[in-house]
Amino acid sequence: MKIRIKFAKYGAMKFIGHLDMMRFFQKAIRRAGIDVKYSAGFSPHQIMSFASPLGVGLESTGEYMDIEVNSMTTTEALKEALNGAMVEGVEILSVGVLPDTVKNAMASVAAASYRLQSKNGAFAIPNPEETVCAFYAQETIPYTKETKKSVIQLDLKQGIYDVRMETGASLFMTVNASSSGNIKPSMVFEKLCEFAGAEIPAAAYQITRLETYTDLAGEGAPHRFVPLSACCTEESQAECY
Amino acid sequence: MRKLALSDDILMQVEKPARYIGNEVNSVMKDKNKVDVRFVMCFPDVYEIGMSHLGIQILYSMFNAWEDVWCERVYSPWTDLDAVMRREHIPLFGLESQEPVKNADFLGITIQYEMCYTNILQVLDLAQIPLLAKERGEDMPIVIGGGPCSYNPEPIADFFDLFYIGEGETQYRPLLDWYLENKKRGGSRLDFLKGAAKIPGIYVPQFYEEVYKEDGTVKERKKLCEEAPDKILKEIVTDVSDCHYPMKPVVPFIKVTQDRVVLEIQRGCIRGCRFCQAGQLYRPVRERDVDKLKEYAVEMLQNTGHEEISLSSLSSSDYSKLDELLDFLIDECGRKHTNISLPSLRIDAFSLDVMSKVQDVKKSSLTFAPEAGSQRLRDVINKGLTEEVILKGAALAFEGGWTRVKLYFMLGLPTETEEDIRGIGDLSNKIAATFFDTVPKDKRVNGKVQIVTSTSFFIPKPFTPFQWAPMCTKEQFLEKAYQTKQGIMAQLNQKSIKYNWHEADVSVLEGVFARGDRRVARVILEAYRRGCIFDSWSEYFHNDVWLSCFEDCGLDIAFYTTRERADDEIFPWDFLDCGVTRAFLLREWKKAQSETVSQNCRSQCQGCGANRFGVGVCTESD
Ligand code: SF4
Repeated sequence: MKIRIKFAKYGAMKFIGHLDMMRFFQKAIRRAGIDVKYSAGFSPHQIMSFASPLGVGLESTGEYMDIEVNSMTTTEALKEALNGAMVEGVEILSVGVLPDTVKNAMASVAAASYRLQSKNGAFAIPNPEETVCAFYAQETIPYTKETKKSVIQLDLKQGIYDVRMETGASLFMTVNASSSGNIKPSMVFEKLCEFAGAEIPAAAYQITRLETYTDLAGEGAPHRFVPLSACCTEESQAECY
Repeated sequence: MRKLALSDDILMQVEKPARYIGNEVNSVMKDKNKVDVRFVMCFPDVYEIGMSHLGIQILYSMFNAWEDVWCERVYSPWTDLDAVMRREHIPLFGLESQEPVKNADFLGITIQYEMCYTNILQVLDLAQIPLLAKERGEDMPIVIGGGPCSYNPEPIADFFDLFYIGEGETQYRPLLDWYLENKKRGGSRLDFLKGAAKIPGIYVPQFYEEVYKEDGTVKERKKLCEEAPDKILKEIVTDVSDCHYPMKPVVPFIKVTQDRVVLEIQRGCIRGCRFCQAGQLYRPVRERDVDKLKEYAVEMLQNTGHEEISLSSLSSSDYSKLDELLDFLIDECGRKHTNISLPSLRIDAFSLDVMSKVQDVKKSSLTFAPEAGSQRLRDVINKGLTEEVILKGAALAFEGGWTRVKLYFMLGLPTETEEDIRGIGDLSNKIAATFFDTVPKDKRVNGKVQIVTSTSFFIPKPFTPFQWAPMCTKEQFLEKAYQTKQGIMAQLNQKSIKYNWHEADVSVLEGVFARGDRRVARVILEAYRRGCIFDSWSEYFHNDVWLSCFEDCGLDIAFYTTRERADDEIFPWDFLDCGVTRAFLLREWKKAQSETVSQNCRSQCQGCGANRFGVGVCTESD
């Protein structure tokens, strides 16, 4: 049986990288006594898929991981058992059963929404509302992405589905988070600052991933983003954030 | 939520911020206002090494089981954070409370190897605690040293308020009780130390002075205070089955060296290899009850979620209920998808059978530690492993499908000749030949066998029969390594043998620290001031700096390393008593020189002196 787990990550835990989070969950699942499925062989490992790696330093209220279990009682009991094996800074928000036909978490990801919040209450850009509107109204938002191997020219505009100011000096955005077209919120912020002629203040902002989405629309049709948890047939109560 | 000691900015800048945030599964949080004693336990090396140490897990768990004590952990900040903390004057903090270490009552430092000495100073310095014990004021934590290096604490004596000699389970409660009592009485730091000196196993260095002869050797130790005992006997746990064991060890987020449940099956070793310090320090052997161990295994795997369990002891094959324990673990772990790692097993039919059940034979390797290349030299060091046994074990293993063998040797052992060194190549070659003889061509996986022969340089250690032995110079070491390499190159099967050797500079320095006296502290302090830390990490080891520090402090390296010691020389560590008598060690030193082997504790007691504890193997009836 495939199970989709939604969790939040915050506080000190934002410094734990993606691979270490996987190791953390593997051990937590064992502590929680979940009847999880293992691969065969000399060093068996749990069958597990994470939706989309979260960068170190980011918090999230919309992380997902899929596991496979041999048996379980209820999704609610599973959620409770897992929460009992967590540490401060990781919280299981919901657990649901996935139909076998659904693609795994990683393959399902299409977009994610983020909030970028100033840590000192001040937003570094003058007239943020208008500036953000004007920024998003541009035809293209070219971005040069440098990796160790290559330099790639991207157009961020294609992958920004929504960007706006919220009350409380924070910036909200929904961007492409698929494995092929992933856009980091910091890339958008960097371009925005450049557009506004403002300096990019390092680490003065806390970025939170709010939700991770899959796209229910068919090829070519307008996007229909729904949270990854919407794929579950049966779901435990999700806490509201 | 806990507030972290380091800002997001800093944590995002440094490598592996998880080293500094605490919050791990099973780490213990307490209300600092509801405890009487705050203890910070330190392993002076990077987090991944320190977190792998069983001793700290035991003491951490024991302390925190006491309601009035909160024990936290701290490790050496890696060089990147070290620089930031110095620049910004951030005091070193405990991982749990994230508060300055200097606010604690005690800082306990476990000293597992000599090359961490400058890291001890790094920890004190970053914690903003004066480096010298005598400069610490009333409000500073009491700095305690423990672990194997505390059996010759003199080179670092100036940095510690006290040392705890022996196994930690026994005297910490009385020590903390005295601390509280003294505080209640309004006693001073000095009052505390005076009272502590009367507790068994506690050594307060500032109550003694080392006096030297003209030739530089120790003349005598002067006591500077009545409370200080003449001799300090190590502390030992009488019933290892009935002492504290950490059922909920802390589980790190990041990968550490020992990322598994560790079952300590016994303490001590019956073997008596003459170069081995641990084999003497932890005498006599005491086994843990097998039923207890089974319980521990199940409970610890449950509490940690670890995917692997390993046995810990100096020589696991000597544990009398090993087969029963392994049967249980194989069964239990099989059901729970848990791996078993088996270090230090003697290679024979039994261990090969077990190993084939728990690991992928094709991927794992066999380990032999003959330590010396010839039977003659193995007799000198009392390593009871013969060529016949090794080759028989190897043949069995090759039949079982193994193709990788690791061999460990030491260079520079007392009485070593060129012939002994040639023996290393010969033995490596014979093992390769055994493979080609036992495994028919069509059955050879990849068609070949891989032998990795490694040598380290022998360093004489206190409380071993070789504490009298001269150590080699760096040049001699390198020459020996060169000869070993030549010896291997000359072999018929040299293509199947890979040779690794150890750095020589660092071994020389380790030799100085191992048998050093109080004067060596000056050099350590000076090297630290000139920037030496993480000396056990080759990329941070600066031999030239060390050499100039010795010169500037007027200390001669050769005096500590290559000098031959007379039978009756007073050693800087002679005031400590690890249970084994000096007479026994001297007897063994003589037997070594006459190439005579000694039986192990189970075959025939050698009268080492450890029977005075009246426990373990000394009381086993046959
Ligand atoms: S007294 Fe005898 S049996 Fe006991 S540890 Fe020493 S040699 Fe071994």
